[in-house]
Amino acid sequence: MPCRRAETGPREWIDRGRTLRFTFEGRSYEGHPGDTITSALLANGVSLLGRSFKYHRPRGAFSLANHDVNALFCTPQDTHIRGDVTPLVEGMDVRPVNVRGGLDNDRDRHLDRLGRFMPVGFYYKAFHRPKALFPYWERAIRKRAGLGRVDLDWTPDRRAKRHAHCDALVVGAGPTGLTAALDLADNGCSVVLVDENPHPGASFDYAHAGDETALAHRDALIASVHAHPAITLHTRAVALGHYADHLVPIATPDGIIKVRARGVLLATGVIEQPAVFHNNDRPGVMLASGAQRLLHRFGVAACRRAIMVVANGEGYAAALDLHAAGIEIAAIADMGTPKSQIPAARLLAAGIPVHRDHAVHAAHGESAVEAATLAPVGADGHCDLARAHRVPCDGIFMSVGWAPAGQLLYQAGGRLRYDDTLAMPVPESWPDTVVPAGRLNGVFDLDCQYEDARDAAARLRAALAGEPVPAVADHRDRVSHGAAWPIVAHAQSRNFVDLDEDIQLKDLEQAAREGFDNIELLKRFSTVGMGPSQGKHANQNAIRILARIRDQGIDATGTTTARPMFHPVRLEDLAGRRLRPTRRSPLHDAHAELGARFMDAGAWLRPAWYGAAGERAEAIAAEVRAVREAVGLIDVSTLGKIEVVGPDAARLLEAAYTLRAADLSVGAGRYALMVDESGVVVDDGLIARLGPEHFFVTASSGHAAATRRELTREAAIGAFEAWVVDRTSQLGSITIAGPRSRDLLAPLTDVDLDRKAFKGGIRTGHVCGQPARVLRAAFVDRVGFEVHADVAATRLIWARLMDDGAALGVRAFGVEAQRVLRLEMGHIIVGQDTDGLTDPFEAAMAGAVHFDKPVFIGRGALALLAERTQRRLVAFTLPADADTPLPRESHLVIEDGEIAGRVTSIAHSPTLGHAIGFAMVDTALADSERALTLRVDDGVLVRATRAATPFVARRGKRAQPESRS
Amino acid sequence: MKRIDCPEIGPRPIDEFTYGGEVRRPPQADADTAALADYVFNRAGAPGVLREWWHHDPSGRWFVLERDTRTDTVLRSIPITEVAHAVPTR
Repeated sequence: MPCRRAETGPREWIDRGRTLRFTFEGRSYEGHPGDTITSALLANGVSLLGRSFKYHRPRGAFSLANHDVNALFCTPQDTHIRGDVTPLVEGMDVRPVNVRGGLDNDRDRHLDRLGRFMPVGFYYKAFHRPKALFPYWERAIRKRAGLGRVDLDWTPDRRAKRHAHCDALVVGAGPTGLTAALDLADNGCSVVLVDENPHPGASFDYAHAGDETALAHRDALIASVHAHPAITLHTRAVALGHYADHLVPIATPDGIIKVRARGVLLATGVIEQPAVFHNNDRPGVMLASGAQRLLHRFGVAACRRAIMVVANGEGYAAALDLHAAGIEIAAIADMGTPKSQIPAARLLAAGIPVHRDHAVHAAHGESAVEAATLAPVGADGHCDLARAHRVPCDGIFMSVGWAPAGQLLYQAGGRLRYDDTLAMPVPESWPDTVVPAGRLNGVFDLDCQYEDARDAAARLRAALAGEPVPAVADHRDRVSHGAAWPIVAHAQSRNFVDLDEDIQLKDLEQAAREGFDNIELLKRFSTVGMGPSQGKHANQNAIRILARIRDQGIDATGTTTARPMFHPVRLEDLAGRRLRPTRRSPLHDAHAELGARFMDAGAWLRPAWYGAAGERAEAIAAEVRAVREAVGLIDVSTLGKIEVVGPDAARLLEAAYTLRAADLSVGAGRYALMVDESGVVVDDGLIARLGPEHFFVTASSGHAAATRRELTREAAIGAFEAWVVDRTSQLGSITIAGPRSRDLLAPLTDVDLDRKAFKGGIRTGHVCGQPARVLRAAFVDRVGFEVHADVAATRLIWARLMDDGAALGVRAFGVEAQRVLRLEMGHIIVGQDTDGLTDPFEAAMAGAVHFDKPVFIGRGALALLAERTQRRLVAFTLPADADTPLPRESHLVIEDGEIAGRVTSIAHSPTLGHAIGFAMVDTALADSERALTLRVDDGVLVRATRAATPFVARRGKRAQPESRS
Repeated sequence: MKRIDCPEIGPRPIDEFTYGGEVRRPPQADADTAALADYVFNRAGAPGVLREWWHHDPSGRWFVLERDTRTDTVLRSIPITEVAHAVPTR
């Protein structure tokens, strides 16, 4: 049983002077600041921490290194909390995940005995027949699957992403990382040093805890790092992945820091790998390095009497270390440590028996380790059970090999190869600016790690300085650090390769037998390495197993891809804080005073309508009536406003738009369409001529930047002497529309609004004494004017129009009324009535395409499309007294039982008293005069009568130019 | 590529740029339908050195950058006059 030791360790993380109270499964416990959830529970003698994913087997602590995915916890607020690294907090209410009715009596624990009925690939093979039962199985499986429960009332904590720039990013603050960071900083580099632990030191703190020289050097290194002005140290900071141009996002408790480095030095170290034997998942079976972390960081003895299975010198060092701390090492089963690495004399002195060429064949005990069977083992992993013996113990520690934490190196384009001597992969090649060092690089000796760190730092510095990169000096160890085959067969299986997903040796063998004998297929079929730890303890053994089945080398077997993120990261941290500007019109405050209901229109906030919350439909209808019967005002400041100036201004516009512009006289304007090279409509607006070399161009709201961009590019391509200026933010715009609009505007302006003098186009003058441009606008009503002035003048003009208009019945109207009004007028909205494939002929705007000019964007495509229109926009109306539901946009048009089109716009017209709309339909149907059949929700069919536009009766001649917002 | 090392304005984050596609010369006005369709719809997509339009949004400038798509590195900036072509008016 684990317990907290009385003696204080020299570098331990906990503060024994203070006590934290917390509960687990409702029972109260105490821990100390600096404890993790797991260390605090173990200190209280609680070793059963979780249940496994598939079989609900009892599980406990394993690595204490952020890989303990069988000891996940939840609190009322949060789930999937990794107990091995999550700090204990006062008052924490900790619960297990994936159990029903408590850890001890989990109602799903019987699943373990049903295991033989759930072989690998079982989910793919069962449950889909008979088909009718699948929903039942799906519900049952979904209920069991997954680990935690998401709190839907969760309060988001959206921290802004931060940015950092440095010459060198050093990942890992152990012996290698600390040394390298200092070397780089001492030589003029700005350095960011990150480590996932709360304190720098890494393997110093547990693997070298008994080495006074090493610890003195550790303290000096850390002090120098803290004192160095060129080093920024982040702890509890996980380097999530390596992206292009050395972008490495770092997850910290305060959110993500996006570090852009010129070079990266990886001192990410190694991940200890487990041995595979029967019941190797019982609480009490741990990695030796995990037991050392527990001891030296948290002062917790993982057990009282341990068996160790080792295959390297580190295992013996750990045995002596744990022995010195008072844990009895009952026996060591040695799976092939080189003789030179066995400290025979010290073991003898400590009274620790060593069984050479032995393995742990099985662990015993129901919910905790009670004994282990040791047996001689052959190279094939089969034990000689005739010579087996059973040893009582309450812990089994494994030190049988390592895997490099090479994920970031791999993502940066580095390659690893399997080193048969070290029995682990080592880096083979890497970019000059992403350099591995230390144990990641196969360097195990502490002094060699310092050397390797300085050597790697020197090579990185040379690469950053653009100098020739020195040759790599080999500091790698030349003795084995792991077993080539740490895997022991057992008649009853339950020898787990992957603890995340409950994958046993036989599962991988069976998957390979069924033909999934490629590493990527094996992974996907068996799910090995697909759990929360992403195979950090499973992949290396899985590759060994497959290599042996295929009778090929480890490198020939290959490896799966290590994609970001290195550890799971909170989604709220990935999302960061929403940094999206909201654009407000210069008239925003005036709208708010009028009771505007705002809506998002791209980046802009625009009034949707004005009035009380519950009176939406009435308010919109009243706004529409005001425009039709008197006068209305709408803020169209969101309209893109672009000026094109220069001797070639007309030529530029002719090249960019489908219409003629050169023949416009000063003051005249014309509706303008912009298409792309395939002839698809991308924008529309108005082009008006202010002078011989000066044009005013409007663009759809939200499209101004793109239109300016395209005009600028077209000017560059054509070498036109023309300049394009986006004035959208400088100018406010108001549309005055309705039969009384002339009466309202005329007294306020020096522009002659007489219908004969100002049929269309643009005038420059004053409105309310302010310099302004006035355009004719017919988008929402036959009679309309658009006033553009600078933002301060726009506020003044709006206020005056509202005041003076009161007597005329003026009313501000919003986007909703505008959509109805333009529909009544028969005008389309690009992007609503057109889609990403619509050409001008389909949009019934052939008149806006002027083929009498030799070149413009899309001319070639349009010349072909003019003859081949396959669908066309048509107008329709619905009877006023229809008791069928009102169709909505994107409802289908049905002809002879087939889809013949879709509704693009539809609205109830307050002016006409019935619904009107546009539909994009097949040409054959458009050419016929047949009524449309619209299919609304639930398959109900509605008949719509064809109509001509404008829907509202003409009151005289239609104004020519129009611009829209 | 998370950063564009623009030879003219220095290294800038890629989110400051809008991609404008490969620099391509439109076919002559009298080109046949196949040539036109090829120009409108087909892109080689083969790895290699491409000349591409990149618009730097904060400064409102277009750049024509030569990029090696195999290494995702910008090799040089091409003066726009080099890719300009006269647009006939009549």
